[in-house]
Amino acid sequence: MPRDSLIASDNDADITLEFEGGEEGGHKERRHREKRRDGSKDRRKRGNGRRRQGSRSVERENEEERVGEREKERKRRVKKDQEAKKRDKEEGDRAQTRSEKTAKAKKNIKNEKRRRSEKEGEAGERTEKGKKKVQSAKKEKSVNHGTKDKTHEEKKKKRKKVLETSSEQETSEEDSEDKEDSEDEEVKPESLSPEELEKLKEAVDDKKKLIQSLRGKPWPMKKKLVTLRESQEFLEKYEGALGKGKGRKLYAYKVMMMKKWMKFQRDFENFKTACIPWEMKIKEIESHFGSSVASYFIFLRWMYGINMILFGLTFGLVMVPEALMGRPYGSIPRKTVPRAEEASAMDFAVLWDFGGYAQYSVLFYGFYSNQRAIGWLKFRMPLSYFLVGVGTVAYSYMVVIRTMARNANESGVGDDNSFNFSWKMFTSWDYLIGNPETADNKFASITTSFKEAILEEQESRKDDNIHLTRFLRVLANFLVLCCLAGSGYLIYFVVRRSQKFALDGLENHTWWERNEVNMVMSLLGMFCPMLFDVISTLENYHPRVALQWQLGRIFALFLGNLYTFIIALMDEINVKRDEEKIVKFNITMWEASLYNGTVSENFTAPPITIHPADVPRGPCWETMVGQEFVRLIISDTMTTYITLLIGDFLRAVLVRFLNHCWCWDLEAGFPSYSEFDVSGNVLGLIFNQGMIWMGAFYAPCLPALNVLRLHVSMYLQCWAVMCCNVPQERVFKASGSNNFYMAMLLVILFLSTLPAIYTIVTIPPSFDCGPFSGKNRMFDVIQETLESDFPAWFSKVFSYASNPGLVLPFILLMVLAIYYLQSTSKSYKEANVELKKKLQMQNEENKKKNKKAAQKALMDLEEARKVALESAGHQRNNNASYQGQQAREMQPATRVPRTINHRSHGNPGYLPNFPLQNETMIRRAPSLQRH
Amino acid sequence: MGATASQLDKGMLSEYQELTFLTKQEILLAHKRFSELVPKEEIDRINCRIPMSLILTLPELKSNPFNERICKVFSTSDIKDGSLSFDDFLDLLSAFSDSATLEIKSHYAFRIFDFDDDGTLGRHDLEKLVNCLTGGTDDTNLTPDEMRQLIDNILEESDIDKDGTVNLSEFQHVISRSPDFVSSFKIVL
Repeated sequence: MPRDSLIASDNDADITLEFEGGEEGGHKERRHREKRRDGSKDRRKRGNGRRRQGSRSVERENEEERVGEREKERKRRVKKDQEAKKRDKEEGDRAQTRSEKTAKAKKNIKNEKRRRSEKEGEAGERTEKGKKKVQSAKKEKSVNHGTKDKTHEEKKKKRKKVLETSSEQETSEEDSEDKEDSEDEEVKPESLSPEELEKLKEAVDDKKKLIQSLRGKPWPMKKKLVTLRESQEFLEKYEGALGKGKGRKLYAYKVMMMKKWMKFQRDFENFKTACIPWEMKIKEIESHFGSSVASYFIFLRWMYGINMILFGLTFGLVMVPEALMGRPYGSIPRKTVPRAEEASAMDFAVLWDFGGYAQYSVLFYGFYSNQRAIGWLKFRMPLSYFLVGVGTVAYSYMVVIRTMARNANESGVGDDNSFNFSWKMFTSWDYLIGNPETADNKFASITTSFKEAILEEQESRKDDNIHLTRFLRVLANFLVLCCLAGSGYLIYFVVRRSQKFALDGLENHTWWERNEVNMVMSLLGMFCPMLFDVISTLENYHPRVALQWQLGRIFALFLGNLYTFIIALMDEINVKRDEEKIVKFNITMWEASLYNGTVSENFTAPPITIHPADVPRGPCWETMVGQEFVRLIISDTMTTYITLLIGDFLRAVLVRFLNHCWCWDLEAGFPSYSEFDVSGNVLGLIFNQGMIWMGAFYAPCLPALNVLRLHVSMYLQCWAVMCCNVPQERVFKASGSNNFYMAMLLVILFLSTLPAIYTIVTIPPSFDCGPFSGKNRMFDVIQETLESDFPAWFSKVFSYASNPGLVLPFILLMVLAIYYLQSTSKSYKEANVELKKKLQMQNEENKKKNKKAAQKALMDLEEARKVALESAGHQRNNNASYQGQQAREMQPATRVPRTINHRSHGNPGYLPNFPLQNETMIRRAPSLQRH
Repeated sequence: MGATASQLDKGMLSEYQELTFLTKQEILLAHKRFSELVPKEEIDRINCRIPMSLILTLPELKSNPFNERICKVFSTSDIKDGSLSFDDFLDLLSAFSDSATLEIKSHYAFRIFDFDDDGTLGRHDLEKLVNCLTGGTDDTNLTPDEMRQLIDNILEESDIDKDGTVNLSEFQHVISRSPDFVSSFKIVL
């Protein structure tokens, strides 16, 4: 950047000179400076011979007009030139227009650069203006002196050039520098020289960069618009001029395509944002309740996306192929409702429990046949089933970990605690809050956080009775443990009881007895957190710590419940497997008795056809597991919705309408409106997802169900939040919690895949249902595929590869790699800290140096003033040389604003400041000497 | 600029898209909201401005403690009354949009917090800032002692060159490390 600005300052010298003459006084305020800038623009315009009155607020019409005006102006000028220089006629019209173009180009480059450097200068000054008020005026002056000198020099150079191009026109007047400039160029006969071409190219590239970075500049829109228009105009004109002949066409084509591509990208971007579901809904919530509530909905949407993909996988690769290409319903026993259940198979109560026809459909594991290939596509159904099951889990792991890593990247910088107070001060307000109540809560929470921080800083908090608090905390934890154990036992008890009921036959029992397990689990999930909340008041923790404890306890509760449920299920699986053995034995007996009469007579006789519904069959534990999970999900969903309706909606309605005729203020007093419980809802969502992951292998319909549930939740909860919730008082910061949610999700993912993998690996599949029936283990399907569908060498290679002798070293290698990466990341972190320290030190040093330099500049300036006063008389005669001398004296002073310039603009951490400065010095020195 | 009264034309729209961090839909929405706010007698005037009092009735800004500062910072009016033209309004929304860079957000945040417009955050600015954040009522305000302590702490943390004020680069240095500045420095219509 410094180099850029240097070039720019060379080029914009004339203009600086112009406005310098009029307004030398110190301009300290930005307002003034802006005015001056505008004034300078005007002047420049006038200097260019464009009779245009630039008012302070340039209107759009003016902008458009200007284009036309400029055009006219140009024509007029051309005419004048033609009259003036009739000798140049032989060059022909084409040459003239071309040269004209060149002139324009050069001028435009200059204009542009001038403008940019001005802006940069201004911005730089702005940052410093408060501090260096005293110096600013002088500084500017010295800058201008310096540039004046350069201007002069440049003019000289130009004149030389003019001479070289053997144009006899002499520059007589200095005041219309620009005009003269353009005339010079127009006289020049040949088209662009290589250097100029290079320059032009550079300028075009600069413009492009400028256009791209324009939106990231903190300028008012008007300025941005003007700059954009000008640079676009410039680009349109001169992009085509680059390149020659064929290359030129190609270039133009490339430029055109580039433009089209940009437009397409922009449209695509718009389209993409339009495609994000519920964006407006979430934004609305965001603007009412702040970012923490919105973070729940964003999380919900994210979950929805994941479930969509899981659903797509299972639906497209498992359910649809089986439904379309597999054997139809009723063809084999596993696809038929048994005779005993046929009567009630269509009853709603049975279907609601996912029995009857629902049980014998693609929704559950048991329906799938073990044919190796189905349909005309020869679709490998069992393999596909297995791979989809594995793929679901693998995909989930991948997504969760990737998201975590990205979040960590985003918030990774905020790991240190060194700006605790400043962050509280500068970043604690959530600008999204658009609800006065939320704002009040936020005020309160910010105030408390300030007070807390001050208290913590003072370290003056004394515990009045440490023994009592300790005792209470131990007691609270004991109570919570009791709760957890009690709920675990209750679930175990209920599951065992339900097994007994199931053995008796479900029909003999009431609705409650049939749905006991799910109801108990849901109720525990509802009431235990409240109990924990009450218990946690005993502990007297800081609210943030208390919230963490609360979350941890709820997490433990859910996890405990889920695992008790799974253990009970495992018991049931074992029971079913025992049952299966008996059934298997019975079936062989039954088959023997069936064939008893016919076997002895004739082997070729057609086997007796038995309706598949009558064939005895095993208890298919996989379907049972799937059913349990589906029921659990359904009841969980129902409880969530009902709590929402009763706990939020009904409460809100009662509070709102009974408030008129009640003894106390309901809105402010006891029931009041409910808060939106972000953390609780997130936990619920996470556990729900955990159940999906656990059960999806045995019930392929689970992702579909979950998608449905999340879809409904989205609308229902959005509505509930907007209509009957008040924002929460405890503020759970959005960005801080994102990775917390993700970490919980990862834990749950791991814990929920564990039992699923355990059952897949250790328990042999049922003999007469599901895609893996008849195999010893489910994963044998891989082996089978390898043996029959791949060439022999492949299976050989695979068997070698899966040899423990190879696998163990590989695992070892991975562990080593992890260790290595971890230690490198640790050392990076240390290096980071080290660099941070260095940066701070360097910053301080820089500041000191700058201050010194500024002081020195001040003194130099004083001296220079004295000299100036003394030599005011003969200054006129020897203008140029004097200015050069003065500029040399001013050297330190001119340097100061530059330093400020790129420190405030570029990366604040950009250290090697000084080498660059030196470079500017070096670059400047020769020109002075030449002069 | 002149299109506030009628529909936005295509060229303007694409230029606005080029110059702001907003998408097409957002610009159109902003335009709609803006036109709703334009006073009746001004509806035909080109390049009209909405006075600050009307802007502050927007629910998105109503409960923001910095709403007046925001208007003043983004206003380009000559008399510094905080009135906004459509361009200023778009500038505001762009700076507060989702995709705006940290750099531009922190720049404007600095100017919003700089109550006396002197280019640095001095003790006075910080005091005002704290009062804004605590709601400005008596029961939530900090005591003078607490205030002094707080500001001392802040200056100790972020005033790297120890000149008693926080300047833009120091401010940006602090802000760039904050995990949730970008996510909370947002206003959506």
